[in-house]
Amino acid sequence: MENNEYVMFTKEMKKTHTILVPNMLPNHFKIIIRLMKKYGYNMVLLENSARRVVDEGLKSVHNDTCYPALLVIGQFLDALKSGEYELDKTALLITQTGGGCRASNYIHLLRKALATDFPEVPVISLNFSNTEKSDGFKLTVGMVLGLVNCIFYGDLIMTLYNQCKPYEICDGDTDIALNECLEYMYDRIEKGGFGKRKKNYRYIIDKFNSVKRIKIRKPRVGIVGEIYVKYSPLANNNLEKFLLKEGCEPVVPGLMDFVLYCIVNYINDGKIYGFSNMRTRVCSLLYGLLRRMNKTVNEMLERNGFTPAHDFEELRKEADELIHQGVKMGEGWLITAEMGCLAKSGTENIVCTQPFGCLPNHIVAKGMSRRVKEKYPQANIVAIDYDPSATNVNQENRLKLMIANIGSTQKV
Amino acid sequence: MIYRVGVDVGSTTVKCVVLSDGDEILHSVYLRHYSLVKETVLEQLRAIFQKFTGKFKIAITGSAGLGLSEASRLNFVQEVHSASLAIKNLYPDADAAVELGGEDAKILFLTGGVEQRMNGSCAGGTGAFIDQMATLLKVSGDELDFLALKAEKKYPIASRCGVFAKSDIQPLLNQGASIMDVSASIFQAVVDQTVAGLAQGRKIQGKVLFLGGPLHFYKALRKAFKETLGLDDEHAVFPELAPCFMAYGASLYAGGCEGELDSEEILTRIEDSKPTQGVASFEPLFNDEEEYARFVERHSNASVEDIDISTYEGDAYLGIDAGSTTTKIVLLSEDKKILYSHYTVNNGRPLDVVCERLGELYSLMGDRIKIVSSAVTGYGEDLLRSALKVDFGIVETVAHFTSALEFCPEVDFIIDIGGQDIKCFKIKNKAIDNIMLNEACSSGCGSFIQTFANALTYPVEKFAKLGLYAKNPVELGSRCTVFMNSAVKQAQKDGASIEDISAGISASVVKNAIYKVIRARSTSELGKHIVVQGGTFLNDAVLRAFERELGIDVIRPQIAGLMGAYGSALYAMNKKNDTSTLITREELSCFTYKSNTVTCRGCTAHCSLDILSFGDGRRFVSGNRCEKGLGKKAEEIYPDIYSFKYDYLKGCVKMCENPKARVGIPLCLNNYELLPFWSAMLHHLGFDTVVSDDSTRRTFVNGQHTIPSDTVCYPAKIVHGHILNLLEKGVDFILYPCQSYNIDEGKGDNHYNCPVVAYYPELLMANMEELNKDNFVYPHIDLNRRKDLVKKLEKVFSPYGVTIKQVEDAVSYGFDALMEYRKAITEKGKELVSFARERKLPIIVLAGRPYHLDPEINHGVQKLISTLGAVSVSEDAVCDFERTPHLGVLNQWTYHSRLYTSASYVATQKDMQLVQLVSFGCGIDAITSDEVRALLEKNGKIYTQLKIDEISNFGAIKIRLRSLLAAIE
Repeated sequence: MENNEYVMFTKEMKKTHTILVPNMLPNHFKIIIRLMKKYGYNMVLLENSARRVVDEGLKSVHNDTCYPALLVIGQFLDALKSGEYELDKTALLITQTGGGCRASNYIHLLRKALATDFPEVPVISLNFSNTEKSDGFKLTVGMVLGLVNCIFYGDLIMTLYNQCKPYEICDGDTDIALNECLEYMYDRIEKGGFGKRKKNYRYIIDKFNSVKRIKIRKPRVGIVGEIYVKYSPLANNNLEKFLLKEGCEPVVPGLMDFVLYCIVNYINDGKIYGFSNMRTRVCSLLYGLLRRMNKTVNEMLERNGFTPAHDFEELRKEADELIHQGVKMGEGWLITAEMGCLAKSGTENIVCTQPFGCLPNHIVAKGMSRRVKEKYPQANIVAIDYDPSATNVNQENRLKLMIANIGSTQKV
Repeated sequence: MIYRVGVDVGSTTVKCVVLSDGDEILHSVYLRHYSLVKETVLEQLRAIFQKFTGKFKIAITGSAGLGLSEASRLNFVQEVHSASLAIKNLYPDADAAVELGGEDAKILFLTGGVEQRMNGSCAGGTGAFIDQMATLLKVSGDELDFLALKAEKKYPIASRCGVFAKSDIQPLLNQGASIMDVSASIFQAVVDQTVAGLAQGRKIQGKVLFLGGPLHFYKALRKAFKETLGLDDEHAVFPELAPCFMAYGASLYAGGCEGELDSEEILTRIEDSKPTQGVASFEPLFNDEEEYARFVERHSNASVEDIDISTYEGDAYLGIDAGSTTTKIVLLSEDKKILYSHYTVNNGRPLDVVCERLGELYSLMGDRIKIVSSAVTGYGEDLLRSALKVDFGIVETVAHFTSALEFCPEVDFIIDIGGQDIKCFKIKNKAIDNIMLNEACSSGCGSFIQTFANALTYPVEKFAKLGLYAKNPVELGSRCTVFMNSAVKQAQKDGASIEDISAGISASVVKNAIYKVIRARSTSELGKHIVVQGGTFLNDAVLRAFERELGIDVIRPQIAGLMGAYGSALYAMNKKNDTSTLITREELSCFTYKSNTVTCRGCTAHCSLDILSFGDGRRFVSGNRCEKGLGKKAEEIYPDIYSFKYDYLKGCVKMCENPKARVGIPLCLNNYELLPFWSAMLHHLGFDTVVSDDSTRRTFVNGQHTIPSDTVCYPAKIVHGHILNLLEKGVDFILYPCQSYNIDEGKGDNHYNCPVVAYYPELLMANMEELNKDNFVYPHIDLNRRKDLVKKLEKVFSPYGVTIKQVEDAVSYGFDALMEYRKAITEKGKELVSFARERKLPIIVLAGRPYHLDPEINHGVQKLISTLGAVSVSEDAVCDFERTPHLGVLNQWTYHSRLYTSASYVATQKDMQLVQLVSFGCGIDAITSDEVRALLEKNGKIYTQLKIDEISNFGAIKIRLRSLLAAIE
């Protein structure tokens, strides 16, 4: 097969095509989609989640491939087959991280899956490493900055939601706050002021702060793991909801951590293997910038009585004590560092989510939990495998064991 | 009095305990629920409420109890938690507890850091596993236990999951291992799985409690645990209460809960409970009996005529299919009618079964009928050919193809689902083109239905029929049996009926075949003329589900279960010689044999040989991987490059006179390629290279307890043992760097190592307590960045007074040695290719990774290839002869890039075939294998994949290779 045999997403298509986006982080992606509309892209967030999604995935992807690939591709195919979208006016968007993990191949697997039934549907790669370009989809500086803002807002909303929802006095208050925040962000996109971060943070924090909450402390349960399974309710069988129902407060480290992790890996490459080039220097600058931006949010959270996420440097320090920062495939050292930081800061209960048979997670998750427990004996870590055939019962029983352990390990 | 009631609802059993105010156990009961969870619980509770009157506090525990408690708003306590409550109360001085349940295994560490562990989603060494194995051996659980106690030796059996274990056990049985020994090995496998998979490095010591049904009922299991953990009677405690232990814990928990209920309230709540969430279901298989009748009518057309053996006179042709669990025999008349047929379970004794039947045949035939030709196929082919002098032996695929042709001359796809195997093959140009066999982890076959039927106390035929008119068949997923088990559990929890489950199981077997084994992208790619066979397809529910899934009608011969034997008989007819060599009536009447087992000393593989000695002095040897076991001399065996590479590596290590230190290099993963580099470099610096010993199963077992992830590939798992081996050898330190990047050979878009190869040293350091900063050195290096590499290595060696200049030189020597090794491989490859071409032998490029060189990992497959009359070379011997092809995937791993260029090269060579070795669990090969297949098939080549793991399913590997060779003939 010629490398460029597949259909390109052209400039013309930008005007005519609807771009389907897989659902990884519902709130983040909702904001992103609104933003992209402003730049002329008509995007739709896929919310189909029936068993058919899994079946489609099973049919079209090698079954030993990771679960996220299977779900994302299954979701696309299920959508295309639903008849809801005009095939000659539909394109697909998928992220591509690059790196030594299988995940860099998702886009190729998607194209293979499309080849027989939907050869006319173009696939757009969303990447920041120039792995693949298309005429019709070009990231401008403005767009990248916008996306960065989306991630900050999304992370903030997710964090606040998780810190309010378990304690709300009136059932549903937190969800109202969440929707108001989303509406507010859509307004900012349309009416201007989207880039005024501090003001927007202020609004979001105040909104959630106005949710009346009881003053008790529920056990905190951290969620770490492979990025898609960690966030996507479709993949992790609504893990956050389950934890809420079980009377826990979910602690989910934000997407910005992953972005910073990717950037830091370029810097690390230079540092570890003793070289410096344009990319390492640009990344250093970028890292400094984003980290400062991250710090601002964290400080605002703290001032308002919420628990901020860790400063990224803290994560790196934690990583150094547990694993080498050279371990950079998949979510790499970030997972280990997040487990460490969570345990250190009092979120000793940790669910480590991973697709069944995930390669990097052999090393950084299951492989490092012993080390984390050595350092933090009170850590209560459960690794959960997600897979098309893994059943809810199996997963929930293990989660329940972790929850039952909350009392026993931490009193000691 | 307020009674406290604990109910433990497990995957297969219900347990109840009633406690008095004074903590006295008033009542305890343990019984199987046969999937009737709610009914059984209600029945038990009613019995309790009849016996005791008053108020009750109740708590439910157990894997299947979760749903019930939610739906009925009764207290729930996680079972591990209830166990620890019970232990605290009854055995406060216990140090650890091991609990085996139906489908879960748990370990609780109670002192020195409380910890509770539970098996992951992929682990079958539990009660259900024992049941499954007992079914396989055709004994009850108690008999299995009884047999195991009389064992003399134990065989290694993969314990990770039932499917794996089966592939270990079946060959053992077929080779005549004693059932006592196999039974004991099964219990040992459960112990190994628990100790290795759950304890993961933490020692189970002190006073240990053993809980749960299996540990209570099976004495052999208790014995194996005690022996393995080295516990005496004082420290191994088997509580009388063991089966009801969790229920006891739950009753204690109930005591701490708010609010008591009266019996009526409890019963009503349970009775009224509705499943909290629905299960996915699909269309009924048949809507009504009329539809079913039409279906039956259609399939009755594909039949073979019978003819009465008592009236026939003339020549006849015998076909035998000696399968793994069943033996099939067909006798055909001159006009291809069936004179005699027999289908039987062989109980692991195929030879006895065939002898018996043949005797019967001879007496039925009298002098009227003469067998003029015979053929045998299946696992027992070699044995029967040797013992009974059957004329021909053919590979199963050929036998099935031959018979399918009789029913459908234009057949383009054949699928056979038997008890243990799924075999599928495509037919192109009247030849077998592509073969797919089931692998471990995708093995939902016929025996799965049977095991399930038995577990629910139904005969399999009746169980399958139940599903025909099921209203809402449940969706059970399509992975392996273990996963299906828990899917069934969930369906039960959600209130699915037995009918729905039966239909669901039939459908999942079909889906497993289509999507896992065949891996069809769309159902239309299978073909238009499909013949289905194998005993499992005699089950109408399976057949219907299959047609449904494909959306077309298929042909199921009425003799679906006999197709292998039928095909063999047809083959015998086509190929007949002047006289048949088949054992005569007279010879048969005095036929005897004896079996014994010896270990072959021909090479390091130490195959366990089973030798059958026949009455007339002939012998039959099995279990051998190469022909040395048969007494062949080395010169007579075709050369292969794997042995050459292995010897080269072993020979490349040079010793110094006064070494500065002894540096350990584990012979594993990427070191199978880099060893020449390390040893030359170390030698130049004045260090001795100490290489870890050859891998054996022992190596793996030794390090097994430190493996944190039981789904990682076998080549990685075995590393742990190599590290321990080096430490035993007393090296000064082990050098094993992490390498994100491999050497850039310019073949791909990038040159990574796979994540496991790249970072395994990190994992070792974090999980092996024997390792520390001083004895384990694992810098992150990049071999492409020479300057930095030198700097990193200088840091390692500077304490021994080595200068940076010396390291620089040494690294150069290292790279030279590596180049030399690579060149030697290419040269040797060329030599072998010409060797083969001179003799007109087929050449097989056995393509894997450098570490597939390990005989413990490849299980000696290259020797099997020699035995089959072909010459094998490796991917790295031919990968430089062709440029990188255009690929549909990102080509970013060095070792894997070689696969693509090799495949492109093989495609251009007429006499070459490519066989890909894939380690089970290799996520990257999920991507490469499809691509390699495409590269080969585009050029009309057959793609063959051999999946390998800690077990060696040599039978399946042999079928594949023989079919491949048969197809290219």
